[in-house]
This record gives sequence, structure tokens and C-alpha cells, in this order.
Amino acid sequence: MADDINIKEMESDEIIELMKEDLYDGFVDEVVEEVEELLARDWEAYDVLTKGLVGGMDIVGVDFRDGILFVPEVLMAAKAMKAGMAILRPLLAESNAPKQGTVVIGTVKGDIHDIGKNLVAMMLEGAGFTVVNIGINNDVNSYLEAIREHDPDILGMSALLTTTMPYMRTVIDTLKEEGIRDKLIVLVGGAPLNDAFAEDIEADAYCRDAAVAVETAKKFMKIKQEA
Amino acid sequence: MNALDQLLKSNQPILLDGAMGTLLMSAGLEHGDPPEEWNLTKPEKIKEIHRAYIQAGSQIILTNSFGGNRYRLALHHLEDQVFELNKAAAEIARQEADAAEGTVLVAGSIGPTGQLLIPLGEMSFEEAQEAFTAQASGLAAGGVDLFWIETMSALEEVKAAIAGIRQVSELPISATMSFDTHGHTMMGVDPVRAVTELQQEDISLLGANCGTGSDELIKAVQAMLGANPDLPIIAKANAGIPQIVDGEVVYNGTPEVMADYARAVTDLGVKLVGGCCGSSPEHIRAMAEALKT
Repeated sequence: MADDINIKEMESDEIIELMKEDLYDGFVDEVVEEVEELLARDWEAYDVLTKGLVGGMDIVGVDFRDGILFVPEVLMAAKAMKAGMAILRPLLAESNAPKQGTVVIGTVKGDIHDIGKNLVAMMLEGAGFTVVNIGINNDVNSYLEAIREHDPDILGMSALLTTTMPYMRTVIDTLKEEGIRDKLIVLVGGAPLNDAFAEDIEADAYCRDAAVAVETAKKFMKIKQEA
Repeated sequence: MNALDQLLKSNQPILLDGAMGTLLMSAGLEHGDPPEEWNLTKPEKIKEIHRAYIQAGSQIILTNSFGGNRYRLALHHLEDQVFELNKAAAEIARQEADAAEGTVLVAGSIGPTGQLLIPLGEMSFEEAQEAFTAQASGLAAGGVDLFWIETMSALEEVKAAIAGIRQVSELPISATMSFDTHGHTMMGVDPVRAVTELQQEDISLLGANCGTGSDELIKAVQAMLGANPDLPIIAKANAGIPQIVDGEVVYNGTPEVMADYARAVTDLGVKLVGGCCGSSPEHIRAMAEALKT
């Protein structure tokens, strides 16, 4: 692919479009080349991230939601995005890119599902959040430790089983007992969840996919900052 | 001729059993705890469930070993007991099947590892195969009549399970996949592709289980039958979908719904029918009645 197309001869806007396509197709090397080319043209890391990588992943998200792409394709696209972000991350850290806040995210106790949660983590990072991904099978103590260590603005919990999602209530109740519930924005997600459940367990919001999670996280951060 | 062939010879559809995991939750299994542990710590509860399904009319019962591979058991620090837990699962079912009046077969349930295979994840085909061999050894030692690979999303993982079983046993193998994502499995496999690829493997039975509700499963088996499979087809649908009602998980599929579904799929040509998550002996009884008429 990259042999036929010489990206050095392309307009920057065209490179962005190509990056989105290559990300969609999971072409890791091509995406890396395109990221490096734009950086060589003095593009801001933040713009490469948002216009190219996040832009491409948003399309992947929509097609996944619509049943055009399935898990394998999404994971390959995520690999390409991850490779691009690895290059951008150090540049973003030292730049004036807007920092949104810190998120601790993990799948609840007894649940091993993490594909969706990992995508949310990646997209939140793409949106400027510092993300601490504590993995799967997290009991209350695991969440509390991470909260104490990283002092996040947002706690994200994920579950794919109807049998594990009630554990989210246990975590939230413990946050209340510890007197720290009010310091956190609690977002929950996973296939069997819905708004009613989130309300019932007194989470702040249910997010049905990565795109919604990012928008919701930003919205709540804005409210927090204005308070 | 083996026991399975005998059963398949008849013109009648074969009635499978219903859920195990969701029933165990009702019997006190904690959210997130491994059902397989009860094979050693509370075998009488497992026996009760098998007995209830047999009394409701099940002709094939599945062992309580769905998550009995080392990857799933490792979450509960039980990965060193793969053999014991699977053997116990099979022995418990064997006892109940042998005590039954009619012919009841014991199928060794083998569910997914929960790991993704390379290149999407970190598990190699060989590692998956080894995990399934370890599980199959225990099930065979405990006396299963056949192996029941189920709720699979990835074709490669099904193949790894078949290869793993064949390292230690020549007993018949069944394979069902879960079509829960826009009519495909989560990994993008559609029912027709499942038929064309899997019927080339060393299996005797093929079909669909779990997923969303019975309506979606009916569409999946319809598509499978439309592909003119060489093998008998299985339908093992959930009793509706789970909802949280007053903090409890409740499946909204009634016995009547399951009876209708049993009639519908057998009319289409499905040979083996049962229930999955949320179904109980009551559902199976309703299905048995429906199949008699």
C-alpha cells in the first residue's frame, strides 16, 4: 500500500483522510508513517490525534454500532490507533494540549470482559484525559486503592454480565461510606446496562459506547470546573 | 453404534436441558463465583438440577463445567484443579443419567476460554488446544457420552477445542456458537459460515446457543438449515433476556414462549432443542409437552 502511494507528495488534508482509512483497515505501519509525516510538517500532535486518529476511530465506532464491523476489525483498528498514540503521547505531554482530567477505569469483580472498556480508555485518552486502566475483575478494594493513588476526577466501571453488574452498586455504596462519592464522577457502561440501572445504583451516568463516554466525561468535567 | 447415534436414529426431536449457571445463582451461588467449584463443595445442588431436568424430560444433560478451563478457573485461583473439577462434573451428571428411567446422555460442556487468540489477543492456538485437552481429560474420566463445545464466538477457538478433545478422546463432539451481534457472533461469524467451516471438522452435531433471545436464535438456526448442513442442528435458546427487577436478575422468557420456540425450530428441521440462560426445568417441561403434540 505505502509503496504505491507517496504520502510525501500528498496534501496534509489528504494524509488525514488516508490515515482515517488506514486506521479503519487496521494498517499499523501506514498509520505510523502518516503520523510521522504530519509531525515532520510541524503539525501539532493534538491536531494529528484529534483529526486523524480520533476521527478515524469515531467512524470505526459508528460502523461497529451498526453491525458493519465486528470485534476483530475494531481491535485491529485500535492497534493502529495505539501505535499512532505511542508516538504522540510524549509530545502531547509536553505540549499545551488541553488536559481534561484523570479517569480510573476498570471492569468489576467476577467479570473478565474488557474490549469495550479498553476502547473507552483509549478514546478518553484521545480526548485528553489521563487514564488509569485497572483491568478486569476489580473488587471494591482495587477501585479504592486506585482512587487513593491517582486521585481521579472520574471513576469508570464496566460489566458485561447481568450477574456482575450489581457489584457496581456495592462499589458506589462503599464510596458513600468512605465519604468520597461526592468527589467523583461515576460513569458506568456495558451491554446489559441502561439509564434506569445507572440511576438506580446512583451512578452519574450510563454511557452506551466509547463516543458517548467521551462526550459525557467532558460534559461532567465542564460542570465540575464551573462549580 | 454409540449412545448418541441410537438417540439420533429416532424420528423425534431430542430434548436437551436448560440453564445451569442461572439456576445455581438462584440456589445461592454468589455473583462472580465459579459454578464449577460446587462440583466439589456442593455436589448435591448440582445433582438436584440434573435430576429436575431429567424429570422434566431432558434426554441430554450438560455437565457443570462450562467455565472449567484453566483460563476461566484462574480468576478464582482454581487453575490447578481443572482435572478434578471436570471429572467431578461428569461423575455427578453420570450418576443422575444412569439412575434415570429412560436413556439420558451426558454431554461434557466446554465453554470459551475468555481469551482472544493471536493476533487479536495473546493466546496461541496451541495454548488454547492444551487448555481444552486438560478439560476434556477430566470430562472423559468422569464418564461423558459426548463433548459439548458451546457459546463460542470465534471459529478458531472451536477448532482448538475440537483438536484439544481429540488428543484424549474419540467420543462424539458437538459445537454451538452464540450469534448475539447483529445476527453474527461477536467476532463477526455468521450462521452460514459457521456451517460451511465447522461441518468439515470432526464433529457430529452443530448449532446455535445463547446470544440474545429465542427470536434471534430462530433466525440463526434458520440460516444454518438454509445452508443445507450435513449434520443435525441444535437450538439452545435463552429464556428471553435478563433484566434487573428490584435488584434481581429476571429473565423475561416464559415457559409458553419457550414452548412456542421449541415447536417453531423443530418444525424448521432442528433436531436437538433446549434452553440456555434463564431457562429452568419448568421451561423444559413446557417444551417437552409442546414437542409431544
